[in-house]
Amino acid sequence: MKALVWEGANEVAVRQVPDPQIRNEQDAIVRVRRTVTCGSDLHLLGGYVPFMERGDVLGHEFLGEIVEVGPQVRNHRVGDRVVVCSFISCGKCWYCQQQQFSLCDNGNTNPAITENVWGSAPGGCYGYSHALGGFAGSHAEYIRIPYADQGAFTVPEGVSDERALFASDSAPTGWMGADLGGVKPGDVVAVWGAGAVGQLAARASVLLGAERVIVIDRLDNRLEMTRRHIGVETLNYEQDDIGAELLERSGGRGPDVCIEAVGMESHSGGPQLWYDQVKQQLRIETDRPVAAREAIYHCRKGGSVFVLGVFAGMVDKFPLGALMNKGLTLRGAQQHGQRYIPMLLERMARGELVTEHLGTHTMPLDEAPRGYELFKQKLDGCVRAVFEPAA
Amino acid sequence: MRWLIGATAVAAGGLVIRRLRGRSGRGDGQWPPRLPGRRRPRWHVATVNRPAETIGADGRLPEPLTGLGDAVEIQVRPAAGNRGTEIAVRLRDGARLPASAAVRRAVGRDPDQAIRAALREAKQLLETSEVLHPDAPPTTESTPLNQPLQAVTRDGNREGRL
Repeated sequence: MKALVWEGANEVAVRQVPDPQIRNEQDAIVRVRRTVTCGSDLHLLGGYVPFMERGDVLGHEFLGEIVEVGPQVRNHRVGDRVVVCSFISCGKCWYCQQQQFSLCDNGNTNPAITENVWGSAPGGCYGYSHALGGFAGSHAEYIRIPYADQGAFTVPEGVSDERALFASDSAPTGWMGADLGGVKPGDVVAVWGAGAVGQLAARASVLLGAERVIVIDRLDNRLEMTRRHIGVETLNYEQDDIGAELLERSGGRGPDVCIEAVGMESHSGGPQLWYDQVKQQLRIETDRPVAAREAIYHCRKGGSVFVLGVFAGMVDKFPLGALMNKGLTLRGAQQHGQRYIPMLLERMARGELVTEHLGTHTMPLDEAPRGYELFKQKLDGCVRAVFEPAA
Repeated sequence: MRWLIGATAVAAGGLVIRRLRGRSGRGDGQWPPRLPGRRRPRWHVATVNRPAETIGADGRLPEPLTGLGDAVEIQVRPAAGNRGTEIAVRLRDGARLPASAAVRRAVGRDPDQAIRAALREAKQLLETSEVLHPDAPPTTESTPLNQPLQAVTRDGNREGRL
């Protein structure tokens, strides 16, 4: 079959690779209908996560049709149109039973790497390096789905592929940031990053009752899209005084909840970016935490900061003093999608959660290298590039 | 700047060597600390999200554990906080020199590796009824650059902190 594979730092190509096979009785095989780029792919693409091999298939946010099921799959049949959670979780271990699905004990076939690097192993993830199981990704014609009853969700009739696609990762990730960040009615929420996850974290905050939601970025087209489709306020950190604006818009307190939706390659104005870029290129620090620093600094006393952006290793100049002395609550997680996806699909069916505007560029899988170039360089207003393997 | 990179590389190398030696320099909480030398086998413990009374109820533990035979001691006990059952495994009489352990580990013949793999597989069988396999056939190809990573992932189930 055709697939988009990683060939080395900043090198991807569409190649022929072996078809996936049922390997466990709870597996299914899905024919991919739509699969989309994610900002976290760029960390793999750029070689910042050193656990990729030449030939690894990229992609973890996707939707498709079941074409084969293992003998222990009970909830799905051939022909089901499903959206699949990007994280692979068994549904049976203690973490899954606590609804912390991305921490699954049984979803990662290479636990040694992350146990040594992070102390414990999270679950597996499609197309996200051998540190997270080495599972082939979704930028392909077909993909194997382990624990299919747990991770695949039938898309309701009436919800388009274009909308349901984002129930795979962006929407549950954004929702989790607002939910576990503790957003409640009356809150002021600030979200760093106006990409798909940031926009959907903002929308989740609105739906959870936040009084005011402010999204911060530097790209005018994304900020305009956020105002138009999500209906929240925006700030451009290259033009606005973020600290003064956030204080003014929160009665001088600072936002109650700050959500970081940028990750390890964040940008900023000023020398901070150069400082972090130099250290990152020298491998003295692995991640650039500019947005996380800002979120902690601007959060109100006693507030909550949730880190949604993907970080891989070590950061420098982390404001532990602000965290401790302001009594903040800091949380982070990979998405616990199985907890939210059924609810999100219902909201999509009711029109409360609209996502199709995020797929700004749709193209055949053969053009995926061009799609990643548009996405990475943010050319032509690209927010997300969507690939159709069957086109 | 080079001295910093060099120091980082030395520190990282030290960590790798220490990990390969099985963290023998960490001590075991005794005072005065034991001198480095023969290392007592430690317990490897996994918590299974199943009630204790259902594990080994028929007198048999899952095959990956029974396959370790008489070389190991196994304890099964309820986990604290109603979190299921702890299964603990250690070598029965394996007092070993750290150096020989490192060699055995490097060639994939360390009994601790077999214990880790057996514990992980037993936990998966008890919780999910199957052992999750990696994708096959692989889509990747071997290159001089990724051979170390391939070596690590070949032992992905046998290494780690368990």
